Amino acid sequence: MRRLVNDATRLRFARNRNLQFGLSMLAFLVLTSVAGSALVPFDPLDIDFGQALQQPGWPHLFGTDDLGRDVLARVVASAGVDMKVVSICVLLPFLIGSTIGLVSGYFGGWTDLIIMRFVDVLWAFPFYVLVISIVGALGPGTGNIYLAFSMVVWISFARIVRGEVLLARRLEYTQAVSVLGYSHARIMLRHVLPNVITPAIVFMMADVVLTILGVTSLGFLGLGIQPPTPEWGVMIAEGRNFIQDGWWISLFPGLAIVFVGITFSLIGDGLDDFLRPKP
Amino acid sequence: MTMDPPQGLLAIRHLSKTFTLPRSTRDVVTAAPLRRLHALRDVSLEIAPGEILGIVGESGCGKTTFGRCLAGLERPEAGELLWRGQPMLHTDNRARRARRIQMVFQDPYAALNPGMSLGTMLDEALLVHGIGTSAAERRDRVNALLEMVGLTPNLKDRLPHAISGGQRQRVCIARALAVEPELLIADEPVSALDASVQAQIINLLEDLRTKLNLALIFIAHDLNVVRHISDRIAVMYLGEVVETAPTEMLFARPEHPYTRGLLKAIPQPDPTKRTRVPSIEGEMPDPLNPPAGCALSTRCPLVLPDCRARHPSLVMGEDDHFVRCLNPAASTGFVFTSSSD
Amino acid sequence: MSQPIIKVDELRVTFGHTPEAVTVVDGVSFEIGQGEVFGLVGESGSGKSVTCRSLIQLFGGARPSSVTGRILFDGQDLAQLSPADFVRIRGTSIAMIFQDPMTALNPTMRIGDQIQETLCRHDGLTPRQARLRAIDLLKAVGVTAPERRLDSYPHEFSGGMRQRVLIAIALACRPKLLIADEPTTALDVTVQDQILKLILRLRDETGMAVLFVTHDLGVVAQTCDRVGVMYAGRIMEMADTTQLFANPSHPYTRALLRALPAHGKRSGRLEPIGGAPPSLADPPTGCRFHPRCRNAVVDCTTVRPPLVTVAPGHSGACFRMGDVS
Repeated sequence: MRRLVNDATRLRFARNRNLQFGLSMLAFLVLTSVAGSALVPFDPLDIDFGQALQQPGWPHLFGTDDLGRDVLARVVASAGVDMKVVSICVLLPFLIGSTIGLVSGYFGGWTDLIIMRFVDVLWAFPFYVLVISIVGALGPGTGNIYLAFSMVVWISFARIVRGEVLLARRLEYTQAVSVLGYSHARIMLRHVLPNVITPAIVFMMADVVLTILGVTSLGFLGLGIQPPTPEWGVMIAEGRNFIQDGWWISLFPGLAIVFVGITFSLIGDGLDDFLRPKP
Repeated sequence: MTMDPPQGLLAIRHLSKTFTLPRSTRDVVTAAPLRRLHALRDVSLEIAPGEILGIVGESGCGKTTFGRCLAGLERPEAGELLWRGQPMLHTDNRARRARRIQMVFQDPYAALNPGMSLGTMLDEALLVHGIGTSAAERRDRVNALLEMVGLTPNLKDRLPHAISGGQRQRVCIARALAVEPELLIADEPVSALDASVQAQIINLLEDLRTKLNLALIFIAHDLNVVRHISDRIAVMYLGEVVETAPTEMLFARPEHPYTRGLLKAIPQPDPTKRTRVPSIEGEMPDPLNPPAGCALSTRCPLVLPDCRARHPSLVMGEDDHFVRCLNPAASTGFVFTSSSD
Repeated sequence: MSQPIIKVDELRVTFGHTPEAVTVVDGVSFEIGQGEVFGLVGESGSGKSVTCRSLIQLFGGARPSSVTGRILFDGQDLAQLSPADFVRIRGTSIAMIFQDPMTALNPTMRIGDQIQETLCRHDGLTPRQARLRAIDLLKAVGVTAPERRLDSYPHEFSGGMRQRVLIAIALACRPKLLIADEPTTALDVTVQDQILKLILRLRDETGMAVLFVTHDLGVVAQTCDRVGVMYAGRIMEMADTTQLFANPSHPYTRALLRALPAHGKRSGRLEPIGGAPPSLADPPTGCRFHPRCRNAVVDCTTVRPPLVTVAPGHSGACFRMGDVS
């Protein structure tokens, strides 16, 4: 039997500090979003005016906000909310874009020409402008956020995957299976896709960083997840009125966003080294 | 060339293929004419079951395009293919064509899916074409295929990067033969391999021809190799067949000046037979802008005024020997400095 | 042989560091006389290319971790030279041409400027003199209408013409040694023929020595005066070309010649060498050819056979040189 992980792969992982750090940070993030709320003895929605604007200390490690809510509890609860929204906002365009890129690059011709001209037009608009105008037009709400990100971000994946498919089409193994008379679906899914998807996966990690900033910015602008649901962008927006007396209200959710950004940057760099076949 | 009713396996009639070069925005704006590259110009050949037909020529002569048209990778715009006398269209069922004609490529490093084990690759070919009813039967066939190309079945779980170049070319051959084709097109199958390994693959192809009565179209630029393996050779230049003949006759009495130049240009591994003058001067003309008359008229040492004006047709001589030259008689007195005497 | 222009002694080139060090060239010695064409022939991974690149310390991409051995060129030990002196030698006394003539030329510079640049730098010619000399050089390498071609860019040339231009640049400073690394591998047969004959004619005219690296025994037979056959980083056999082809003595050379289609009769089967060339990361002990050798004896598996002389000017690294058939 072929072993799932061979020695060379293990060695490559052992040398890949970026990937190791990134994955450890991701594990911490996932644990926090799943089990974190159970470990913090406060409810993120409990208002207690008696405890308003407490400095970080004991028992409120990250302090409290103007309504007396525990900032740590809210940051932790936001992790679950934000990570879920971000995951969907990244996965949906990844799936849509990769599929379109694969089909467009594989068949080429007019299909490809039309799809790619459309992509070029969308590409000309700044990312945030498009997302904000779509959410602005459709109204806030998680469903609309998913829709907005899917409509805008898929073009990046489509471009990446299409480019790789065009390269793979020129390689002799895809021609060999074509001469063997395999169906187009089989060639695309079994022979082309596995060899072209790596750059899209690496880009997906970079996209997580962009998306977490996008989602929290929407929250900050009031177009994203609505209060009182805890969300990092909303928290920063709420804290901005108390930046003199309650700097911690905005600081900790900000740090959480930075943490997520670093996590996925490291994973992205690490995966790039790890998945790219050695020359 | 006269057209007898086809006896053979595959008859290729008047095959032509033109590539239109991509136009830049400037071309569109200035309404520049489309630039067409005539990769194949009216190529007619036949191949019998179990025959090895060698196609030789230099880069840009159309030999690769020819192979790709037969394998269905390119769509010729004119001409027809007759499979045992029946027309075979490009629009035909791909699976049916696959069971008749298979192809082996030049670069065994690029011709295998890097993420798929050798066994899976072979099994897939059987599965897709419904060869072998059960998984167990297919497994036996995969083992038999690997043994047929001289590999041990325990290589089955390896990925392509874990085997040598020669072994990869063997796997490519096994995969092509999995679907039991009657014609195998081999496009430069040994030019990426080391000399010591080349011989292994050439012997393997010869054995398979004998064992399976497989017809083979062997496309290569190395005339020594083509001479060794082929029953008949077609020489191509600038998209055309300029001469075809049974192998020994072509080497003994080449009639086309290009064939003679090509034969003399092969570096023979015999230092006692050296020449100091190049066999043929100049280079192949721009295929976008071919000469009006004979394709070789720009380089031919025996060129006549007529050659630059009139395009010669392929004329049959004695014993299945066809030449496309207005002045083949000038080619007499040729001595090929070969070591096989 | 005339006075050697270059003498290489026990050249050893290693890439990477222990435990993953790979010795690509393992104790190679040879010399080239003035006006001599010396061929290094071998399969991929035999170390022939790295050997010739070590002579001028020009490595594309990865640099070796260590180069040992002595390289005496025209009386100077190249290993002792300062980098600046080396650059001077590389441009004037030793020139090199490569397999891929496209990547060796600067695509954004006119051909004429690329030749004149070399001339001005090394010979101190004025631009006008340099242009006239460039025209002469292009004429010498068989470029038609050189006055017009000087103003063309590399992409306007065919592969054969580009190789001619590279040869012209290499010849610009009248080198004493031309290193040609697979110069015709990327070319078509008829063009290869033209280039080989051009190199031979220029050798006759200028008296330079040529180190000719190739994998093609046919090219060797047609071009070289003397040949070293390399396998897995070592020279297996060295002899005059006529001697080598008439009387190959090392089992590897014999096997290589037998595997060639041109030598077999049309009906006969080829005799391939079983197996594949070894990995240099984990080379066989003793003689590196022993796992594929039909004549191997016990000693071959453990002891490295030294290069011994079997006839004047003919040596081989095999315990059974000459007594195998």
